[in-house]
Amino acid sequence: MKELMLGNKAVARGLYEAGVCMISSYPGTPSTEITEEAAKYDEIYCEWAPNEKVAMEAAFGACLSGRRSFCGMKHVGLNVAADPLYTMSYTGVNAGMVIGVADDAGMHSSQNEQDSRHHAIASKVPMLEPSDSGEALELTKLAYEISEKFDTPVLIKMCTRVAHSQSVVEPGERIVPVKEYEKNIGKYVMMPGNAKKRHPVVEQRTLDLIEYAETAPVNRVEMGGTGLGIITASTSYQYVKEVFGDSVSVLKLGMTNPLPEKLIRDFAAKVDRLVVVEELDPIIENHVRALGIPVSGKDLLPLVDEFSQNLIAKTLGGEVHDGQTLEEAIPMRPPVMCAGCPHRGLFYTLKKNKCTVLGDIGCYTLGAVQPLGAMEMTLCMGASIGAIHGFNKMLGGGSEGKTVAVIGDSTFMHSGMTGLANVAYNQSNSTVIILDNSITGMTGHQQNPTTGYNIKGDPAGKIDLEALCRAMGFERVSVVDPYNLEECDRVLKEELSAKEPSVIISRRPCALLKYVKHNAPLTVNEEKCIGCKSCMRIGCPAISMKNGKAHVDNTLCVGCEVCSQLCKKDAFESTAKEGQK
Amino acid sequence: METKNIMIVGVGGQGSLLASKLLGHLLLSQGYDVKVSEVHGMSQRGGSVVTYVRYGDHVYSPVIDRGEADFIVSFELLEAARWLPFLKKDGQIVTNTQQIDPMPVITGAVEYPQDLVEKLRSAGAKVDAMNCLKLAKEAGSAKAVNIVLLGRLSHYFDLPQEAWMASLEANVPAKFLEMNKKAFELGKNAV
Repeated sequence: MKELMLGNKAVARGLYEAGVCMISSYPGTPSTEITEEAAKYDEIYCEWAPNEKVAMEAAFGACLSGRRSFCGMKHVGLNVAADPLYTMSYTGVNAGMVIGVADDAGMHSSQNEQDSRHHAIASKVPMLEPSDSGEALELTKLAYEISEKFDTPVLIKMCTRVAHSQSVVEPGERIVPVKEYEKNIGKYVMMPGNAKKRHPVVEQRTLDLIEYAETAPVNRVEMGGTGLGIITASTSYQYVKEVFGDSVSVLKLGMTNPLPEKLIRDFAAKVDRLVVVEELDPIIENHVRALGIPVSGKDLLPLVDEFSQNLIAKTLGGEVHDGQTLEEAIPMRPPVMCAGCPHRGLFYTLKKNKCTVLGDIGCYTLGAVQPLGAMEMTLCMGASIGAIHGFNKMLGGGSEGKTVAVIGDSTFMHSGMTGLANVAYNQSNSTVIILDNSITGMTGHQQNPTTGYNIKGDPAGKIDLEALCRAMGFERVSVVDPYNLEECDRVLKEELSAKEPSVIISRRPCALLKYVKHNAPLTVNEEKCIGCKSCMRIGCPAISMKNGKAHVDNTLCVGCEVCSQLCKKDAFESTAKEGQK
Repeated sequence: METKNIMIVGVGGQGSLLASKLLGHLLLSQGYDVKVSEVHGMSQRGGSVVTYVRYGDHVYSPVIDRGEADFIVSFELLEAARWLPFLKKDGQIVTNTQQIDPMPVITGAVEYPQDLVEKLRSAGAKVDAMNCLKLAKEAGSAKAVNIVLLGRLSHYFDLPQEAWMASLEANVPAKFLEMNKKAFELGKNAV
């Protein structure tokens, strides 16, 4: 029966139908729901790994054992997993293995806008790109056929608009192909002697895949008007069809690595003018150009941001729509830390102490936003600890007493531990703050190795952060409650002034977790409030100024009382009735 | 038929995903091709959020562009104004009059614009504005703002009441069904 399905859920359905038995992933927007949805099928073993490299290696082990496997990640996660990917290209697979990677053109929730197709080309691994949920399901299944037929891992590339859009799919049955594991040192032990023999196999495989790409239904020509011919893929195909319908001819590529040659030549010969419409980098365009075919692309369309139908219409001559605007400027509404967010008290303390804050990836990156403005660097997962070491090594006493690295619990498990090992080993006097909110927050509450629960919510191994840091050689490991400003301030000052590296664990669960019990909302006693705006310095979305007095939105306030600690007039009062909290 | 476009806009955390899920279910049950595009991740944290619902014989793009929306369903007044450029020339806005201050207003950097409903009307938009939070509370839960808005939206659609109810039943937990039905009716009959 037809149903409306999120693109990521359709990939999960495809994994189920393809008989996948094992999935190991690390969450990252816009890829997360693939694994979350797949975990709802009891037939598939699913897990969150500490990072994408580990996830890919775990999935590789599963495919080696003879069971179809999958790992999912966002675009930047593929950088972390690039090491196993590039050599898995040489070993090939036993049972099929597919890697799902979700790009984020437009950077809805990412630190850069890199184009994952470069990894497919560089690692010589085939890549499929669905343009809606129906194709997401079909191409996921096809990816396993290609994987086993050509003995290669296969990349399936999503983008935000395919991953997070629902469209109609028709689910099918699950079939589970299983292979035996066979020892094969020449194929699976990639030392120079063996790898030298495997590299030509990879090159031949690419030639075979190009031949496949020439005629496979995954790449299709939709002939219409021949004045304009458009080569396109992924969500760009949908924008092109939206604007032009059948008035132009389209070569729709479902496989974007390797690219066909004859198919493109034949298509180009049938149209008067050829344009490639692809988001981000000119990968298809450069391929067409290298074939010696005149083509337009990035001379017309931008290298940055995602596309839309109006952009295509404006550029290639379709009907452009426009609407009304108000003369008045509309205030921006940037994302903010939630009311009751445990990160707020800690960032307030860092700002108050004029700390130089080297940050990391997660909800707490919002610590850089006004009025807190208390973060000065964010690069990639784990970089806060990597960078503070170099920063302090160079500036020494000039920065050691005021510089901190802040990193979340999940990010610390992902890539922070190795940075911490460097601090411990090469001995910089650095202060590292682990923001332990007992969950992976930004991506929507996934468990991680410090939470004690697995992807299904069942009890699992739990890594003890304090014991881990001590085992690395840190003598100074302290735990603070970020709702307690006095404690945060005291411990921060102690650790910054200490003459050795230290770790502060700021521990309180994310305020949005269902099991967290909140206090009654606060209210402002208007007779006590003098309108000094001290409470406004923490940037809580529940507090605003109304008629010169502070006002608490009781639908948002969770009674964390961080604001009360800033008020010299004790104007914040609980709305709890007698006997309640 | 030509593809129809509904935008659902609001503030992260207000429950717009349920509204789009329900609309998607409803329109699919009526035999249309449907696409719904959502936003996840960082912008969900109290930021401006938008969901696109498109339906027709065959829907290509999952997003709605400037000047294309037949309807803007807004959970918050400022958000209705923010997305006005996406409304078609003769499009309809259905909005909650609730105001949620964004951070630049909270910090005092800028003011929340006044008289937005009138300003939207003088810009040429048809505006149906009501206090959905009050109606939702009357139905039994402040969280039912989304269903009040859908009830109001249903007023503009030539679809059988049973189809709306069936989508409601399929998408809200049974124990909240009666409350949500009440919210739907209050929205539908709001003046």
